[in-house]
Amino acid sequence: MDAMISFGGTILDMLMDVLPIAGILIGFQVLILRRPILHPARVFVGLVFVLLGLALFLEGLELALFPLGRLMAEQLTMPSFILGEGADVITAFTWTDYVWVYVFAAAIGFATTVAEPALIAVSIKANQVSGGTITVNGLRFAVAIGVAVGVALGTFRIVTGTPLHWYIIAGYVIVIIQTSKAPRAIIPLAYDSGGVTTSTVTVPLVAALGLGLAETIPGRSALLDGFGLIAFASLFPMISVMAYAQISEWRTKRNRDENSDNSAP
Amino acid sequence: MKKLIIQFLKSLRQSFQDLLPIILVIAFFQLVVLRQPVPQFGEILAGGVMVLVGLSLFVQGLQMALFPLGEEMAYSFVRKGNLWLLLLFAFTLGFGTTVAEPALIAIAEEAAEIAATGGVIADVAEARDRYATGLRLVVALAVGFALLVGVIRILKGWPVQYLIIGGYVGVVIMTGFAPKEIIGIAYDSGGVTTSTVTVPLVAALGIGLANSIRGRDPLIDGFGLIAFASLTPMIFVMAYGMFF
Repeated sequence: MDAMISFGGTILDMLMDVLPIAGILIGFQVLILRRPILHPARVFVGLVFVLLGLALFLEGLELALFPLGRLMAEQLTMPSFILGEGADVITAFTWTDYVWVYVFAAAIGFATTVAEPALIAVSIKANQVSGGTITVNGLRFAVAIGVAVGVALGTFRIVTGTPLHWYIIAGYVIVIIQTSKAPRAIIPLAYDSGGVTTSTVTVPLVAALGLGLAETIPGRSALLDGFGLIAFASLFPMISVMAYAQISEWRTKRNRDENSDNSAP
Repeated sequence: MKKLIIQFLKSLRQSFQDLLPIILVIAFFQLVVLRQPVPQFGEILAGGVMVLVGLSLFVQGLQMALFPLGEEMAYSFVRKGNLWLLLLFAFTLGFGTTVAEPALIAIAEEAAEIAATGGVIADVAEARDRYATGLRLVVALAVGFALLVGVIRILKGWPVQYLIIGGYVGVVIMTGFAPKEIIGIAYDSGGVTTSTVTVPLVAALGIGLANSIRGRDPLIDGFGLIAFASLTPMIFVMAYGMFF
């Protein structure tokens, strides 16, 4: 019964949220551009799908993904797991005690990014627009590696308690240097992949991991340290995608040089 | 009707494939590393099925309703040739899609909960709701602004890096002034804004514009809107933290 009431509330919330989008698109189409809507029945059914889908998705997140992510972060950071059986509180630890946390962060970052539908959509578009030079899976894996490194480094930051902005600023310095060196055509796409990565699946799991970590490690506050992981997940794909383009360019160049060496007398 | 069901089953399978790596990672860590059974298995299974079906329905609905509407409009505006209408549309599109973003709703609620337990706001449902809604509106405003400027950039053909690097200099300056509590949330809100609803719509808008304007390259000029939409929320949320 409670679940039904909660689901009804979520549906109502969704109605409030989806109506503006539908209003914008239909309003501009009909009132301002004065063009009829093609297949109105199909559009209506689609909007109902969006509404129901969002409501189910959010309820499911609350039921499964959020608690599970938080639980696993807690279990992986529990004193008895970190320091061995019998330990109750974490008093003294080094960052190396948290190796499994970094591995988990990297694995979950990689897995959620490969699963991200928005990234798949952008990869397909980039593949079409680039005439095939950028491959769909090449871009997806480059982005996923960036997220994996970023989230792992982000958990390292929470464990060590070092300030967030130093990492972010250092990261952007690397981005600026790469921007001046990388092939020009990859730059907008690399920047975009920073925003694309952190979508419907990645955000809840990564945020739950960060918050769980901050709650269990002594001396960390959820407010100061728990957030910020997603910033890492947005920053590192820019670096990895530009690196992917730089490596491809370097390899093409090397192959060309080798070929011209061979053809030389 | 039959076609619809087949499409939905396909979309369900796609969603399952997309979620499979996550299931594998979680199962590996839970069973091999932590050596613990999955707790409340029933609830997690039910929630997982809801996420799966919800995501499939959502993606299906986007493709049936929002995509065709949105894509056609990018071209309609270029054909119409009215700059002010296009800018108005860009702003409202950014604002409208962001307000409805499930990831943003989730993170705004988490942020409000943390702010409440941290004593930044009163720990009552009303204050939490107001904080979460305020955060969502500020982020939506930022994305609307970003799309507006981003569309002007495509029309003018400015290189994307000047806008982005300039924006990040703004972020660094704001970080120095904003209250400590808001910084993490601000940085995260930048990544949160641009997810499954916004990204394909915005990418289609940018590429559509770059394709229909002479002298613009879809790869160089068409992309970049999403990046700018990830940047402005950081600045706007830090400003929200300074004045709220």
